[in-house]
Amino acid sequence: MGKRTIIPFGPQHPVLPEPVHLDLVIEDEKVVEAIPSIGFIHRGLEKLVEKKEYTEMVYVIERICGICSFGHGWGYSHVIEGLMNIEVPERAQYLRTIWHELSRIHSHMLWLGLLADGFGFEALFMHCWRLRESVLDLFEKTTGGRVIFSVCKVGGVRKDIDKETLDEMVSVLTNMKKEFKELADTFLNDYSVKNRLVGIGRLSKEEAAELCAVGPMARASGIAQDIRLTGNGVYEKLGFEPVIETAGDCYARTLVRIREILQSIDLIAKAVEQIPEGEIAAPVKGNAPKGEFITRIEQPRGECFYYAKGADSKFLERIRVRTPTNMNIPAMVKCLQGCDLADVPMVVLTIDPCISCTER
Amino acid sequence: MSEKWRIQNFIAIEPAQLAEKVQDLKAEGCRLGQVHCTKVPEGFELTYSFDKDHVLTNLRLVVPEEEEIMSITGIYWAAFIFENEMQDLFGVKFKHMALNYGGNFFKVSQPTPWNPKN
Repeated sequence: MGKRTIIPFGPQHPVLPEPVHLDLVIEDEKVVEAIPSIGFIHRGLEKLVEKKEYTEMVYVIERICGICSFGHGWGYSHVIEGLMNIEVPERAQYLRTIWHELSRIHSHMLWLGLLADGFGFEALFMHCWRLRESVLDLFEKTTGGRVIFSVCKVGGVRKDIDKETLDEMVSVLTNMKKEFKELADTFLNDYSVKNRLVGIGRLSKEEAAELCAVGPMARASGIAQDIRLTGNGVYEKLGFEPVIETAGDCYARTLVRIREILQSIDLIAKAVEQIPEGEIAAPVKGNAPKGEFITRIEQPRGECFYYAKGADSKFLERIRVRTPTNMNIPAMVKCLQGCDLADVPMVVLTIDPCISCTER
Repeated sequence: MSEKWRIQNFIAIEPAQLAEKVQDLKAEGCRLGQVHCTKVPEGFELTYSFDKDHVLTNLRLVVPEEEEIMSITGIYWAAFIFENEMQDLFGVKFKHMALNYGGNFFKVSQPTPWNPKN
């Protein structure tokens, strides 16, 4: 047995754009234990529900995160719609699905760029983010925003997208798909990239289940768990099936996200083909009734919970958001055990940690 | 059309039943989804959510403020995230936590900021 040393990792670290801290217990070059610390920037956004009317709270909730802000807006709207028994028009459901899948593409591309940056492949990082720009341009064109969109509201959506713009969206994504496949080829087949990912940070199916992992982290370990299968949105009409890999290592987590980008492009194309004409929002009147509702959205990083408790008032008694990174921290800690110190950044990155979400 | 998200399954239990119920759910193959706390006049209202085949089961219990509740980290280790969160923000007391940050999981400027009585 070698000498044990504790190395602090973070909260400020080149691979971490946001603060999270790990105490890494090292024996020679191997990590034997990792103790996480979060909470450096906890904002207490849920508490604001006592001061904001339920129709205004969506603006707060979508500011939980700048990457999956649309999904948060959808999740919040969805839980209030459940609480108030509001049926959302079908066209609005399609539009929500389209914007949400666009968010997944830009989130995964951002992550792929960060991963490339993490293993020192700067050109790959820049190409990922260059391609991601075209998705942000689509957001700007359809919502007016590039980070916070404010198009989702309780009852539906605020803006429609005309047919010409929808067709343009499909055309942009189709062109992007060709370029993205070249990048994907580098991620999946370049020997220097594979050296950093294959067999690293392995999480078996049993471990993922035991540690309650979610999202790409769980799916890369062979668990067919995806909240898009719960009937929310129009995923069933689009023939959605989750992307599953089984190796459970950093490479498998990368592969799941790459396949999900390609899948999201196809889902958007199908949604554009099928989207019906009609209203984009149902009327919403009165107080949020006494009662409670719980629902979930499959964010790019995984399952996200939304809980609302009404009190027959314009103000809710409680709103609760459980974000995917919260749930993947225990699995990350497990993946770190036994890995080389040099691989810690890769393992941490491949859970795609969002501390902004976690510190809501 | 399967609309599993519409299923709202809340089961009221006594605090003393928690460990046994959670153990049963684990034996059935359920995954822990989340735990959260709401401050109510009687104390803390805790909700434990479990997923199986994309359907949620939510255990609901009310604990008086000064009463300790059994940690479920011995059954689902991942619950340490939620128990420490509730401990830090509301002052919920857990016994036998597998990983207890002792109130330092969140770096907040005042103790239990979401429970102003404390």
